[in-house]
Amino acid sequence: MTTSSRSNGHRVLKYVDALREAFDQEMERDQRVFLFGLDVDDHKGIQGSTLGLAQKYGPDRVFGTPLSEDAMTGIAIGAAIAGLRPIHVHIRMDFLMLCMNQLINMAAKAHYMYGGQVRVPMVVRSMIGKSWGQGAQHSQGLHAMFMHVPGLKVVAPSNAHDVKGCMIAAIRDDNPVIFVEHRLLYNMEAFVPEEPFVVPFGAARVRTRGDDITVVGISNMVMECLRAAELVGDVGIDVEVIDPISLVPLDIETILDSARRTGRLLVVDNAWTMCGASAEIIAAVAEGRAPGETIQLARMGFAPTTCPTTPPLEQAFYPNPVTIAAKIHEMVRPKALAWTPDPGKAELAYQMQFRGPF
Amino acid sequence: MTDRPIAELTQRLYYGVRFIRRVEEEIARIYPTDKIKSPIHLSIGQEAIAVGVCTALSENDVVSGTYRGHATYLAKGGDVRAMMAELYGKVGGCARGKAGSMHLVGMEHNILGTSAVVGTTIPVALGYALALKREGKRRVVALFFGDGATEEGVFSESLNFAALHRLPALFVMENNALAIHSPSAARQATDRICERVETYGIPARQVADGDVFAIHDYTRQAVESLRRGAGPVFLECRTYRWREHVGPGEDYEAGYRSREELLEWQRNDQMVRLSGMLQDSQRAAMDEEIEARIRDAIAFAEASAFPPVSDLYDHVFA
Repeated sequence: MTTSSRSNGHRVLKYVDALREAFDQEMERDQRVFLFGLDVDDHKGIQGSTLGLAQKYGPDRVFGTPLSEDAMTGIAIGAAIAGLRPIHVHIRMDFLMLCMNQLINMAAKAHYMYGGQVRVPMVVRSMIGKSWGQGAQHSQGLHAMFMHVPGLKVVAPSNAHDVKGCMIAAIRDDNPVIFVEHRLLYNMEAFVPEEPFVVPFGAARVRTRGDDITVVGISNMVMECLRAAELVGDVGIDVEVIDPISLVPLDIETILDSARRTGRLLVVDNAWTMCGASAEIIAAVAEGRAPGETIQLARMGFAPTTCPTTPPLEQAFYPNPVTIAAKIHEMVRPKALAWTPDPGKAELAYQMQFRGPF
Repeated sequence: MTDRPIAELTQRLYYGVRFIRRVEEEIARIYPTDKIKSPIHLSIGQEAIAVGVCTALSENDVVSGTYRGHATYLAKGGDVRAMMAELYGKVGGCARGKAGSMHLVGMEHNILGTSAVVGTTIPVALGYALALKREGKRRVVALFFGDGATEEGVFSESLNFAALHRLPALFVMENNALAIHSPSAARQATDRICERVETYGIPARQVADGDVFAIHDYTRQAVESLRRGAGPVFLECRTYRWREHVGPGEDYEAGYRSREELLEWQRNDQMVRLSGMLQDSQRAAMDEEIEARIRDAIAFAEASAFPPVSDLYDHVFA
């Protein structure tokens, strides 16, 4: 998959269209797959990701639901136990809080607690929101809550290529998969194969090679880290940006190997740091060090507050390419004067596209 | 109905109720020895509901139940050996010792796994019913739950969805009017559950006196209707939990209910009623078989090994 040639079946596709293509191809391939959730069949089609599917596959396989997230999660679990392959859709991750009993007490545990008699092959899609005043209850990155519980897989692809490959892998997986999307990624483009393909879980992707510092980004923070890497590149700092892609299973080896080589690890999560994915990654790397080995460790994430709507406060709530770049600089050159990137260049960083190929 | 089918049905009902009663009495007898490694919630006194319903289902139909699920499991034909070994925490158990009494499962007999969290299995059973509807083989799901579950939000969500999608599901409410020790009068604004359910367009019927024949007949009619695709049906069965919420004993001295209530229900014990409808020789033969099966199940559980420690890590993921 190193080609960037269209003739080889890769074309530039948006994240949202790559997602829709994954549903379409899997529903075409496997009659057991169905997709449901509030408004999956309306004229907006979950920001476009499900548009046209209801028309093509009919109301038995693509249907809207009552606002009953708790029961609808149970419906997905029961259908999965019966042999179907449900994809349950939530337009924001915050609504997953209404599903917790079913996800934690049933979906995660059924295979284990019933001694292997049943399987729960289901996908739970949800989207993290950001900006335009998404605020307290449309912005949360709650993946760590699901990482905590054995029996759930958790994936958070950050580009159009991986979102298609991960979704196909999730649909084909025999376990419940919490599929974490990010609204700001929906328009991002990458080279994506036309044919169905799988991005395997548990294999991190090194996005940029560098020797000075390892930076792990999660979900949309992969993009922010790539932008930050461009900014510090201007002052001669080489960053190795790693995208774990899947958080459960987590490819700690790739991260650890890189951090041991660079001697520095910064984890930037699209979530709070307390008991979060960043805490887990830092802890695992700390445990993986050889005796006496030093790796400088740091993490960034949401401010330890509720997400506010007003732009100046919201801006301060999130890590961004400027704050990440400044942190990288501070870690790599601790004795230098504090540095922040040129504001004009920081602005330009947002226009960069990182299309792969992967 | 002619006399012969009634006689046959009476035998089946008696056998079912007696079997569950005796299995649970034996569990209660063994429990103080600490051989059983699981909290137990006994169905003694409530057996006629599971038996009345399951005798009107076919082998291919599906049931789901609760943590007070021994009766549901056994009435649907669950393997008593596997159940007993599961209670003992042995590898011969239905979930290799990982479930205990509260998570019994028997997929080979279409018994969905039970849950300790009240109400949780209701939508899961409906998800299974959704798959059966798509399968198109006219199979149905009977889902058992207690009066406490009707207070959970998911119950109302589930009724609505089942009616909206005309799912082949029989809701069976085992109404013993107790949530642990709290009487339903302290928890529910009214006891008119069937009226509430009917507002969803779901036919609902209450059997107030535990009559096992009435439960069976209503289920038989309901199943016919479900197989025609007419949408879900609701059955409320008033009943009484003879023993304590969890554990093998009685707790009438605790003061939250009176022994008078028990005696009233015991005068109406369906097992005694059915027993009186049988010839002595028939009853004796069934009783003997039941005792032999229970002895065999206990022997199986005691002879079965505990699972190897390596089993701890099995089945986290499929």
